[in-house]
Amino acid sequence: MLNLPANFETYAEARKAGFMKMKEIKDNGGRIVGVYCSFVPQELLMAANAAAAPLCASSDEPIPAAETKLPRNLCPLIKASYGFALTDTCPYFYFSDFIVGETTCDGKRKMFELMNELKETYVMQLPHSRDEAALRSWTGEVIRLKEKLEDFYHITITEDQIRDAIRLKNHERRAMLGFLELGKLNPAPISGYEMGTRLDGLGFNFDLEERIAIIEERTKEVLADWEANYKGKESTRPRILITGCPNSGVRDKIIKTVEELGADVVAFDCCNGTREKVEPVDENMPIYDALAKKYLNINCSVMSPNNSRMQYIDEMIDEYQVDGVIEIILQACHTYNIESHYVKQTVTNKGKSYLMIETDYSQADKGQILTRLEAFLETLEK
Amino acid sequence: MSTTPVYFAGIDIGSTASKTVVLKDGKIEDYFVLPTGWNGRETANAILEQLKTRGYADAMRCVATGYGRICVDYADKIVTEITCHGKGGWAIFKKNMTIIDVGGQDTKMIKVIDGQVADFLMNDKCAAGTGKFIEVMATRLGADLNEMYEMAAHGQPLAISAMCTVFAESEVISHIGSGEKREDIAAGVIHSVASRVANLAARFGLEENIVLTGGLCESPYFIQTLSDKIGHPVETDAFARYAGALGAALTAAKRRDLE
Repeated sequence: MLNLPANFETYAEARKAGFMKMKEIKDNGGRIVGVYCSFVPQELLMAANAAAAPLCASSDEPIPAAETKLPRNLCPLIKASYGFALTDTCPYFYFSDFIVGETTCDGKRKMFELMNELKETYVMQLPHSRDEAALRSWTGEVIRLKEKLEDFYHITITEDQIRDAIRLKNHERRAMLGFLELGKLNPAPISGYEMGTRLDGLGFNFDLEERIAIIEERTKEVLADWEANYKGKESTRPRILITGCPNSGVRDKIIKTVEELGADVVAFDCCNGTREKVEPVDENMPIYDALAKKYLNINCSVMSPNNSRMQYIDEMIDEYQVDGVIEIILQACHTYNIESHYVKQTVTNKGKSYLMIETDYSQADKGQILTRLEAFLETLEK
Repeated sequence: MSTTPVYFAGIDIGSTASKTVVLKDGKIEDYFVLPTGWNGRETANAILEQLKTRGYADAMRCVATGYGRICVDYADKIVTEITCHGKGGWAIFKKNMTIIDVGGQDTKMIKVIDGQVADFLMNDKCAAGTGKFIEVMATRLGADLNEMYEMAAHGQPLAISAMCTVFAESEVISHIGSGEKREDIAAGVIHSVASRVANLAARFGLEENIVLTGGLCESPYFIQTLSDKIGHPVETDAFARYAGALGAALTAAKRRDLE
């Protein structure tokens, strides 16, 4: 199902449209905070009436510039993030009042020190486990971010504002999850390439109500099309789950190629997939505890141990009727790379096939990746 | 080629050598090897000429595999070398196994269970641990591949510690410069490749049976060295070099979607 709808907005188009909206916000005296990672509690930014700008991190263009300061043997996402900032080629970075980073890995942690020389970069200290002490410390970090926003903008953020933000963000999460769960249908009603592109693209729309409306509309549309045209028609195309590192920078190289080779990408266990969406913020708990709990439960490989990710992959394989799992490792991402040992175990214990691809944003390994993907899909032929 | 096919050809265009196997009634009718040269399309045409001369082309179905598989524009289907080595290896050895294919361009490990590829691993980003490494060093020593294997068998391996082919070449040059014997350098080169392959194999995890396919299975010295480094006997077969082409031919004979 690689048929893209006629009005399909590419990632580049969505990113570009976002520039204009951002400028408008800025011209009207609005607040903009740049973020990289799904661990940053967006509810607090919303409560501060600040737009969360998704900073550029998924192209190899600024990497040579980044490598003048950073080591070559570093994850392409970190190099690109810094490279865009250094070369001043990310409008989102440019328009941001300040940046909120987080310690999701050592590479980012240290890179943010260099980034801070270019623009104020505030770093949330994320603990790397989920015990009680970690939760306490992370709750403190959530409160510290609220205070940072208050100090920076000279405002007071009320509990009511945060509660409203939690409700709205939960609604948006549900809508996004509902869209991604279209992948559970068999045959697949929509290409994984479209799902991923739309989700990333919507990050550039800063009006959450509008975001929700767009994705709910598209979900309805796809569902109706499936009911009318595909329901009950079995497909022999293998069903693929994508897991691992953020894949925006390699979506064309891997996800599009997989679908062109005759498989359906139906599920995404990654930061730009269902990972952050599955657990909402508990609306009945005290707000900071609720936020801290939700965000600490994100199944990032920086957490040790991270058994909940294996459990989740196990469930996804059943729910999305997955035939094969492809894990994308961005070069030099040690935590995902090492954790792939357990992912492979989880997948093969269920009698499913597993392929790990380690790559970066360049096109140098396109041919090798094609051979691997082709061979992997040949092993899945029904 | 519109008549009912009688002959099923498998063509494996490797980076160094191109292998062809022709099946008829489930039996090997013919096989041959040609050097790949620099132009895959010309090689593919040369193979077609051979197939015509030998009288197969008019009633033939053909599957292409290998590094240059897309160059075979007359193929009815292209399939990756992983699947073909798995199928061909199964046909030759008839047991569950790990196939190690040391090719001219890359090194592959393929786990075959009940005739199906269950898992695979490829080293294709670096020439170390591939036939390319031996080729480069042979050129430096002024030998062809067969002479290289022959020399190595009579030498005491010198340590070649550089991981990168380019640096290892300088290491070899300095060995030459300090008057070391060619045999010892050649043995060092073979040992270096065998070590890299054994490391990859340990990472991949091996089945009870380990077999070697690809061009290097024609060097008994390499097989012995590899067995020693892995710590487990490595088998091969006189026809193992043709495993990929055989797998492709078997695919041509079986594929329903080509009917």
